[in-house]
Amino acid sequence: MHELTIAKSLIDLSCKHAREQGASRVTRLHIRLGSMSVVLRSLYSCFGPASRGTLCEGAMLEIDEVPLSVHCRRCNATKHPAGRFNFRCPDCGTPTPDVLTGREMQLIGIDLDYTRLDGATAAAPAVPGTARTAAV
Amino acid sequence: MPVVQMHDLAHGQAHPHDHGHDHGGDHAHDRVHDHAHDGAHSHSHAAHDHGHDHGHRHAVAPGSEFLRIEQEILSENDRFAGVNRAWFAERAILALNIVSSPGAGKTSLLTETIRRLAGRLPVAVIEGDQETDNDARRIREAGAAAIQINTGRGCHLDAHSVGHAAEQLDPAPGSVLFIENVGNLVCPAAFDLGEACKVAILSTTEGVDKPIKYPDMFAASELLLLNKVDLLPHLDFDVAEALDYARRVNPAIEAIQVSARSGEGIALWIDWLERRHRAIVQVRVDALDAEAAALRSCLGIDAPGKPLTVVAGR
Repeated sequence: MHELTIAKSLIDLSCKHAREQGASRVTRLHIRLGSMSVVLRSLYSCFGPASRGTLCEGAMLEIDEVPLSVHCRRCNATKHPAGRFNFRCPDCGTPTPDVLTGREMQLIGIDLDYTRLDGATAAAPAVPGTARTAAV
Repeated sequence: MPVVQMHDLAHGQAHPHDHGHDHGGDHAHDRVHDHAHDGAHSHSHAAHDHGHDHGHRHAVAPGSEFLRIEQEILSENDRFAGVNRAWFAERAILALNIVSSPGAGKTSLLTETIRRLAGRLPVAVIEGDQETDNDARRIREAGAAAIQINTGRGCHLDAHSVGHAAEQLDPAPGSVLFIENVGNLVCPAAFDLGEACKVAILSTTEGVDKPIKYPDMFAASELLLLNKVDLLPHLDFDVAEALDYARRVNPAIEAIQVSARSGEGIALWIDWLERRHRAIVQVRVDALDAEAAALRSCLGIDAPGKPLTVVAGR
């Protein structure tokens, strides 16, 4: 299965951003996965081995699961089908091909550690402990 | 015979031209990069602006900083897919990503299709399998140019390796390019290769409920080819039920019943192909016409075909 590819992509992306920021390691990856992404659970098990030897080694994975929602053309409303294998409006039964959420596979952000092995701070963030936005 | 070994999972680190690499700048890829990239991004942003910004619930550890990234995890693949798509468009190539379970009859259907298209349309094939180049050999025997990508442990083709294979194969402008993915109904759904669309093959020897068991693949495909219909008299397979399941996960999916063995329905599939091919070529012809018209206006010529007169002796 392709969870290993997903894990590698996540790690590559995160390491690239960490290097650009001059961080010494990534301590947490915050990701968003739609419920249609079948990789959800298996990502946890392959992330560890895949991150070995990278800036992401030992990082925690935080996954936000986004439920499936569709737009029902007949009801003209957002609906949440019961299963991810039944793309019909749960109320009127009309087939609903317009998926609004549930396909996400995104890296929201990462926690970066700037502490060097000798205990000094490598390159202090502009405002420590606050959020910044990467130039993507 | 050419076999491309897919770069292994260590790709990110190992491949010399991975990070910010110049991906074959000699064929105008660079020019389309940004455009394709931007397109993919605005789409994804629209998708997750839907009130799903959960923020970061965790406290950031002392000495750490939260860096907001908001990027598609497969953005690298999507970027390469965008490059491939532009490359295909420039050459008016109809690229189709053929997906199915192992054993659904992808290669047999393709060899039959190649025979039918002989003398009508140029055809080239990229074959994806974990090992062997048996399928590429079968395709060449049927009369089409083929290149094999061995994915090794990989369970799907990715846009990067398909891009390299396409360059190596170098299909004639106006070709139909079949990209036969690894037999797998799960993973290939997530990887855009830059194709015009995915075509899913389901065979009558499989369960009728495959579309709802593997919804992503059928949701991602524009056409369903129900193969091996010659065997229907010997099976309990309910065609209407299978198509109903397919339409539950993808109400817009088209379906054609075929048999690579008996030839049943193949003419309809060929019609579908020729229709899609014509549309792709027409788009390119229109773009070139517009470009030519713009250039003509620079020369002060308005009507197409009017020759530019050069006065001799001046």
